[in-house]
Amino acid sequence: MAQDVDIILSRPKALSDNITHYCPGCTHGIIHRLVAETIDELGIRERTAGVAPVGCSVLAYNYFNVDFMEAAHGRAPAMATGFKRLRPDMIVFTYQGDGDLASIGMGEIIHAANRGEKFTVIFVNNAIYGMTGGQMAPTTLPGQKTTTSPLGRDVTTAGYPIRMAELLSSLRTPAYIARAAVHDPMYIIDAKRKIKRAFSYQIANKCFSLVEVLSTCPTNWGLSPTVSLEWLEKNMRPYYPLGTFKTPEDEVEKK
Amino acid sequence: MAKKLMKGNEAIGEAAICAGATNYFAYPITPQSEVAEYLSRRLPEVGGVFVQAESEVAVGYMLFGAASTGKRVFTTSSSPGISLMQEALSYMAGAHLPVVLVNIMRGGPGLGGILPAQSDYFQATKGGGHGDYHIIVLAPSSVQEAVDLMILAFDLADKYRTPVMLIGDGMIGQMMESVEFPEQYQTPPSPKEWALTGAVGRKPVVIKSLFLDPIALEKNSLELAKKYEIIKADEVRYELYKVNDKNKLLIFAYGTMARICQTAIDELEEEGIGVGLFRPISLFPFPQKEIYREVIKPNIKALLTVEMSVGQMIEDIERCIVGQKPLGFYGRTGGIVPSPDEVKAAVKKQLGLGK
Repeated sequence: MAQDVDIILSRPKALSDNITHYCPGCTHGIIHRLVAETIDELGIRERTAGVAPVGCSVLAYNYFNVDFMEAAHGRAPAMATGFKRLRPDMIVFTYQGDGDLASIGMGEIIHAANRGEKFTVIFVNNAIYGMTGGQMAPTTLPGQKTTTSPLGRDVTTAGYPIRMAELLSSLRTPAYIARAAVHDPMYIIDAKRKIKRAFSYQIANKCFSLVEVLSTCPTNWGLSPTVSLEWLEKNMRPYYPLGTFKTPEDEVEKK
Repeated sequence: MAKKLMKGNEAIGEAAICAGATNYFAYPITPQSEVAEYLSRRLPEVGGVFVQAESEVAVGYMLFGAASTGKRVFTTSSSPGISLMQEALSYMAGAHLPVVLVNIMRGGPGLGGILPAQSDYFQATKGGGHGDYHIIVLAPSSVQEAVDLMILAFDLADKYRTPVMLIGDGMIGQMMESVEFPEQYQTPPSPKEWALTGAVGRKPVVIKSLFLDPIALEKNSLELAKKYEIIKADEVRYELYKVNDKNKLLIFAYGTMARICQTAIDELEEEGIGVGLFRPISLFPFPQKEIYREVIKPNIKALLTVEMSVGQMIEDIERCIVGQKPLGFYGRTGGIVPSPDEVKAAVKKQLGLGK
């Protein structure tokens, strides 16, 4: 028990000592910690390489204690592909936001998933462009007000928010695709379990793996951190159901 | 090794393997798709990596990721595809990554055509992406030289930690010539100390082009600039053809165009008109001093630049000759290759000789 408390109260080895630049109440910090705990628990820190995106987590390489590359906007899956193909012995993950992955990087993520690239994607969906100041994202909810949808997202011109986990699950290539959330301790435990499972599939050289994590953006949502957590539960959860959408075992069962 | 008759595109692929570069990422595009076809068969035989990407945009970043391992990586493409890689080229230059790209140029702008051209000179030599950077650009004029320069390209990329582009027109890719490969294939060099190999007993390594602190960004740009100064001093390559102290005119041409000019020069010689050829092999670094040295020779009365474009390299020639001698231009573009007769006529016009 004392040991568990030590682990909870100490910083994972895979997290650096740097103070993050994230806004107060932002859940990136929680997700970073879940990834770092997973890396520690699986004992892979010394053979892990991360790929940082463009967006709020552009400086993720400052916060993880592992080798890192900084990608161009949306291109992290292509970089991870190039790296992992040459170093299949290493563990590779990308950490991408919704603008990065679901808008400008849509081509790269679909094709990396479809080729069954053996790396892990941590996809943080907070329904908005954070770093650039709160513009409409492909994941912005219908009617949600942003700086570029001041009257709310109009689905007749902007279409409906893209459900990436479902979209990627429709590919025939085996993969592990799940959606989690971090607005409540119960869900945080579930998110950790899914992230660990995603990395485990990679370690077993089994398949492409992606965990979509519903996250908050108090600053650009214009809400307090606690109200943001409630907003996620009330608005995002119904549109973005949590769950495991695809596992490589599904394929075996189908046969 | 015995000589082989080989198509330029396939010879380029084999040359990379000679250089220990067995990691290739590409997207099909005419007139160089044979490289990917050849390597999709050949690379598995040598334990290499072949990935057909979803786009040239993705190719650029697959190269970034792959180069970050410290291994030799490359791609081949043609003009529109190379345009799509310009963003990644800027990132790779900024992150000091060694990578080799081949551009088998076709006519542009836009979708243009599929026939040979030299209209990507500006893009290659002046930096097609954003930011303060250059890449080394090498222009072969035969299949054999494409092989030799391809091997050199990997050495230069590693030496200077920079992207290097081999630039050839469609003729270089499509024609068959006899080629000789080195006896010994190089073993891939061991990963470099800057590569991402896992943070074992050391601090994490980050490969990036992002520097939010302007002082740090300026420092990176100045490091790049310093590197280019060394490259300009040490890596200029060119060839002279029939240059002597009697010629009245000097032609500037590179790649396939230079070979056509050689034929024109041979025929003009028979007519008693002495013409020399200055062929830049490295387009960046450009042989600036060497060109000036030839141009100021007293026997040279006139100059002519010949290109398969509407005039791109000529701007660098103008920069080198600083108005010392009258400079003319002849070019065809859109996939049309000037004939020796057209070059001869342009020479005579520049010399003020009647038809």
